[in-house]
Amino acid sequence: MILSIGSLAVRGLQMGIDFTGGTLIEVGYQKAADLNVLRNTLDTQGFDDATVQNFGTAKDVLIRLKPHEGISSADLSTRVLEAINKTTVEPASIRRVEYVGPQVGDDLAEDGFLALLYSTIAILIYIAWRFEWKFSTGAILATVHDVVVTLGLFSILGLEFDLTVLAAVLALIGYSLNDTIVVYDRIRENFRLLRNKTTEEVMNISVNVTLSRTIMTSLTVILVLVSLFFLGGEIIHNFSIVLLFGVFFGTYSSIFIASPMALMLGISAEDLMIPVKEGSVVDDRP
Amino acid sequence: MQNHFPVWKNILVLLVFGIGIIYSLPNLYGDDPSVQVSSTIATAISQEQANQVDSDIKAMGIPAKAFEYKDGKILARFSNTDDQLKVADQLRDKMGSNYTVALNLAPTTPGWLRALGAQAMYLGLDLRGGVHFLLEVDMDAAVKQAEDRYIDDVRLALRNAKLHYQSVAKDSGFIKVTMNSTDDKSALLTLLDKEFHSLEITEPEAQEQVWLKFSEKEAREIKKFAVAQNMTTLRNRVNELGVAEPVIQQQGENRIMVQLPGVQDTTRAKEILGTTATLEYRLVDVDHDVQQAVSGHAPVGSRLYYDRSGAPILLDRRVIVTGDQIVDASSGQDQDGRPSVNISLNGVGASKMAKTTQVSVGKPMAVVFIEYKVETKTVNGEKIRHKEKVEKVINVATIQGVFSKRFQTTGLDSPQEARNLSLLLRAGALAAPVDIVEERTVGPSLGQDNIDKGMLSFVVGFALVVLFMAVYYKLFGMIANFALAFNVVIVVAILSMLQATLTLPGIAGIILTVGMSVDANVLIFERVKEEIKAGITPQAAIFIGYDKAFATILDSHFTNLVVAVVLFAFGTGSVKGFAVTLIIGILSSMFTAITGTRMVINWIYGSRRVEKLSI
Repeated sequence: MILSIGSLAVRGLQMGIDFTGGTLIEVGYQKAADLNVLRNTLDTQGFDDATVQNFGTAKDVLIRLKPHEGISSADLSTRVLEAINKTTVEPASIRRVEYVGPQVGDDLAEDGFLALLYSTIAILIYIAWRFEWKFSTGAILATVHDVVVTLGLFSILGLEFDLTVLAAVLALIGYSLNDTIVVYDRIRENFRLLRNKTTEEVMNISVNVTLSRTIMTSLTVILVLVSLFFLGGEIIHNFSIVLLFGVFFGTYSSIFIASPMALMLGISAEDLMIPVKEGSVVDDRP
Repeated sequence: MQNHFPVWKNILVLLVFGIGIIYSLPNLYGDDPSVQVSSTIATAISQEQANQVDSDIKAMGIPAKAFEYKDGKILARFSNTDDQLKVADQLRDKMGSNYTVALNLAPTTPGWLRALGAQAMYLGLDLRGGVHFLLEVDMDAAVKQAEDRYIDDVRLALRNAKLHYQSVAKDSGFIKVTMNSTDDKSALLTLLDKEFHSLEITEPEAQEQVWLKFSEKEAREIKKFAVAQNMTTLRNRVNELGVAEPVIQQQGENRIMVQLPGVQDTTRAKEILGTTATLEYRLVDVDHDVQQAVSGHAPVGSRLYYDRSGAPILLDRRVIVTGDQIVDASSGQDQDGRPSVNISLNGVGASKMAKTTQVSVGKPMAVVFIEYKVETKTVNGEKIRHKEKVEKVINVATIQGVFSKRFQTTGLDSPQEARNLSLLLRAGALAAPVDIVEERTVGPSLGQDNIDKGMLSFVVGFALVVLFMAVYYKLFGMIANFALAFNVVIVVAILSMLQATLTLPGIAGIILTVGMSVDANVLIFERVKEEIKAGITPQAAIFIGYDKAFATILDSHFTNLVVAVVLFAFGTGSVKGFAVTLIIGILSSMFTAITGTRMVINWIYGSRRVEKLSI
């Protein structure tokens, strides 16, 4: 956790062009591409800020450009392609071009931040309503922990943070809470059943009985994520990395952070004795 | 009786399952690369024309897989994209500008499924290839243009009312009208009251002046109109480009999203969409000295322009005809083989042209080519978009005789430019300049790659989960697996029915749903195991397990749903696709994992004595 915050503070996140604005061009060749030739070409053509790297395989090349001044934005990708096609024997086939204007980048970043904020608030309210504010605080803290640690690892590894990754972070929030809530649900139930036990004992029992479920579900999710990571292709790579990290930390945080947090905040059986109607509904539900 | 479903519940589950299978079926059929021909003029393509096209294609020596003529449109299917492109190119040359020849992917869904309204999922651009543009409409320019229009209108109204004025000019956000006397001013006020409701009037200290400004409402209207007008124009231009299934949508207040599936030549697409090129026809001012104007003293009623070689030329301030009065334009060559554009005017334009040429035979007339260019510059760390209006005189010709509706313009650089200009003139001018602020292009090879990789990781992920569940929970695991497959079928069916866009992150969302939707079953099964351990009979354990897990599932899935909905609300493009599959996946998994599995378990274990559960 400290390491993550440290890295986030020092190195920050490497933001993708979705948020910073800029141009990204992916081209494919029949044979392995010579990156140095491409770099020199772009240098001499005035695109000295271009970064050129392989993407996935040696035949695919990714070219990144910062927002350029003076050149009409939309022309940029066309000019870069013209430049590299002049020098290489074999014309590059365009696999992907992404251009995001600085203004749009700012908007996307703002929307992304708002999405994070609103989903957190919505969940805070929901848990506070269904359970209790102490639980709600515990759940949010556990979730914040997951997100921070995952982003921290992202920062340490220097991976690029783009829109797809942001979507993964949000999905992670949902998943991490899902785990936490299952445990809370059991705690609430046990508080009502095991009246002669201390709060701590109730917590312990609840975490233990849900443990196998927590691990089972995490395993199935990790299985599909591993498949996505290895077979899903480069574009979806970072997406699956976020979720893989996240599910791992989420599992651990819902066991070791969410409940102890509620305990620290002084949760007690009385907090949950408000007549919630749920227990009384035992008809022929599926 | 415990663990027994009423008949209606069984029927409901089976019904949903059946419908799910039918509506997800179209996705198993592939697409044919095809060429679609439609008419851009009011009359549809006739049967004879269709037959002609059919024999044309046969004459090219390229076998078509199928040739369909329906609702005045022609659809020719081919077995590969090479054939498709060849035929499209040749047909385009043959058919001329009254027809649109577009590349398309026609689904091979059999007729009985189509009759039920079943269609394959709509693939996003990252899967099928194509271009996505986000265009920003320059609202300031739209307002400025409207101001110019109003200035002309006010001048005209004053002239018609025979009121003398000193000046009508823009100054610090106002249109300032200066009259000769206070009497004229009150006449002006009456005039404004009668004819210009949309302007707000301020009367400043200076006695003879009236300051005019748009009302809030009018300013809003102007902006709304600019976007709407631009969308119409863009739609026309896209049609001219020949794109099947384009998407043109307003996004926010001043942005327009354009998606062109299958388009590969992005340079041309950008040129056509983004340019604001239009033409203006003006008389040349031959009475004044050009050099004097260059040194800064342009005569009243004239303006200084430059031609392509940079030579100055004085033109009359009054426009004879503008681009929006042009109803048709086609490119061609003049007698000397130079590229030219043949132009037809509408009634208003034609009569104006006729009036001008009648009195000006023997005088020179100039064609002004107008274009907006956008540049982004950084000033003091702030990014500022700088817009420049480039006006160039492309041609000066002596008026040989009176003409009105039809005439020819030359002076263009290349046949390509003539073609583009005629296309732009046909499609109409943009009401306000636009700027491409976002572009995402996906080549066809990457699109197919994405589909293949997405499918592969889905199949492997699914198989892993199925194996794992079967090993760990035995028979119950197999039942959960059945529910899992059922869930995927429903998600695909709903996506197909809604025609929601499936993107690569969307596929990832389905895969993620596979991993997460067994969660409900894990919760239930663990609970059942626990109850059995506590010494309860198997039948009661099933009953209690499902019952107690239900509340937990509801709570835990709800948070996922909240996050997915927020993601949907704020996400754009491919991220939205992810949110959609996640939402549908969560909801349908609740149904399949709880009701679906319960039904099967009830069939197997319900209504009989059971000693041991295979769990």
